[in-house]
Amino acid sequence: MADTLAGPVPEVPDAVPEFPMPRSGRCPFDPPPGLKDLQEETPLTKVRLWDGSEPWLVTRYAEQRAILGDSRVSADTDKPGYPTKASPEGGEGKLSFIMMDDPEHARLRRMVTAPFAIKRVEALRPAVQRIVDDLIDDMLAGPQPVDLVEAFALPIPSLVICELLGVPYDDHAFFQDNTKTMVHRDATPEQRGRASREVAMYLAGVIGQRLAEPKDDLLSSIAGRIEAGEIDHQQATEMALLLLIAGHETTANMIALGTLALLQNPDQLALLRETDDAKLVASAVEELLRYLHITHLGRRRAVTEDIEIAGQVIKAGEGVIMVNEIGNRDPDVFPDPDRLDITRDARRHVAFGFGNHQCLGQPLARMELQVVYGTLYRRIPTLKPAGSLEDVRFKEDAFIYGVHELPVAW
Amino acid sequence: MKVELEADKCVASGQCVVAAMDVFDQDDDGIAILLEETPAPELLDDVREAVAVCPAAAIRLVER
Repeated sequence: MADTLAGPVPEVPDAVPEFPMPRSGRCPFDPPPGLKDLQEETPLTKVRLWDGSEPWLVTRYAEQRAILGDSRVSADTDKPGYPTKASPEGGEGKLSFIMMDDPEHARLRRMVTAPFAIKRVEALRPAVQRIVDDLIDDMLAGPQPVDLVEAFALPIPSLVICELLGVPYDDHAFFQDNTKTMVHRDATPEQRGRASREVAMYLAGVIGQRLAEPKDDLLSSIAGRIEAGEIDHQQATEMALLLLIAGHETTANMIALGTLALLQNPDQLALLRETDDAKLVASAVEELLRYLHITHLGRRRAVTEDIEIAGQVIKAGEGVIMVNEIGNRDPDVFPDPDRLDITRDARRHVAFGFGNHQCLGQPLARMELQVVYGTLYRRIPTLKPAGSLEDVRFKEDAFIYGVHELPVAW
Repeated sequence: MKVELEADKCVASGQCVVAAMDVFDQDDDGIAILLEETPAPELLDDVREAVAVCPAAAIRLVER
């Protein structure tokens, strides 16, 4: 009979998939194949985390934006259901306002929005250009191959944040050394912790100096908030440290991983190298942000009131994870999403998240990346990897995805 | 078409300024300011982009 099956009915697998999932070794720039499969099947599904908890994973762009913009979710890691990250790097800690909810989140965040206004960021562009040019001069004067991560990608955001905060030039070396240790692959958790405390103590000290003698910089403006009684010295220091941490390894990884992705896509690299069009450079930045997505563990929230979405109800007390990496590869929004195409309009990507917690520093990050991508390949047109792709170690287990090192020559 | 901006929702991302600099600006704290409530037709595509990229859903384009 046509409607009977021969043999036993195969068991329907009901196992909840684990998250995070492994990437394909052959496609280090693509999201894990398992995530792409889930996205194709459903906009919303349960996943199992390291601690056995089973939050929802939101796979598609529209639903990700909807939830990140919903006031019924909380960024507070202590709220019931919050999907906690596990990592050899240790706990997440409380990073000032990024793990708070409105209205306190908005109150603190608004204290530091001013320097990220578009015109203020544009005013920093010449300083960033100088930083990038100086580092390229140093690389060109030195031996080959050179590790692009250590010589170029990590120092740029660290020096830029010095400019932004108002760290005196004489202290740049101290600041560079310690911020390097904070994110260095070979540093022990103790060394990282010590470097982080050194930087925090240093920032607290400068904030103290600015209290007495204000200058025209961000640390002075943060100090002013202490004087106005809006925050205490501890909160001010945490805020300054947050601005450093949030902008450092993230930007560095975009520089190194973006360069590797371009080297693997020579036609796209050629377009970028040969253009004088600032718009195309800006477009390349947006496309690389869409395509690479370094915050691979996703934006995470605890749900505080039931939310009905995509035919499901996410209940209060449940967790939810928005993996923007696959949101940015949603074919309904970005046709042929797995192709790197710097000429496409990728501006609507969610690489910086969405909603009231969207990355505060994104205008600065965008400008830094525009200067880097618009300068490095023009000044070193023969830039090439000094090894094979198989030897590159990717940061699979880190909070922020990228490459541990990228040896290059020219 | 008329642009509506709810400044108390604004999270100072500045993305509206990047998308449509003839229509939006920012105050000293980065909060969006509406320069042109009824922009010329040729600016409407930029405004639609600003609506789409605003992380706080603070901008709307409505029929007058």
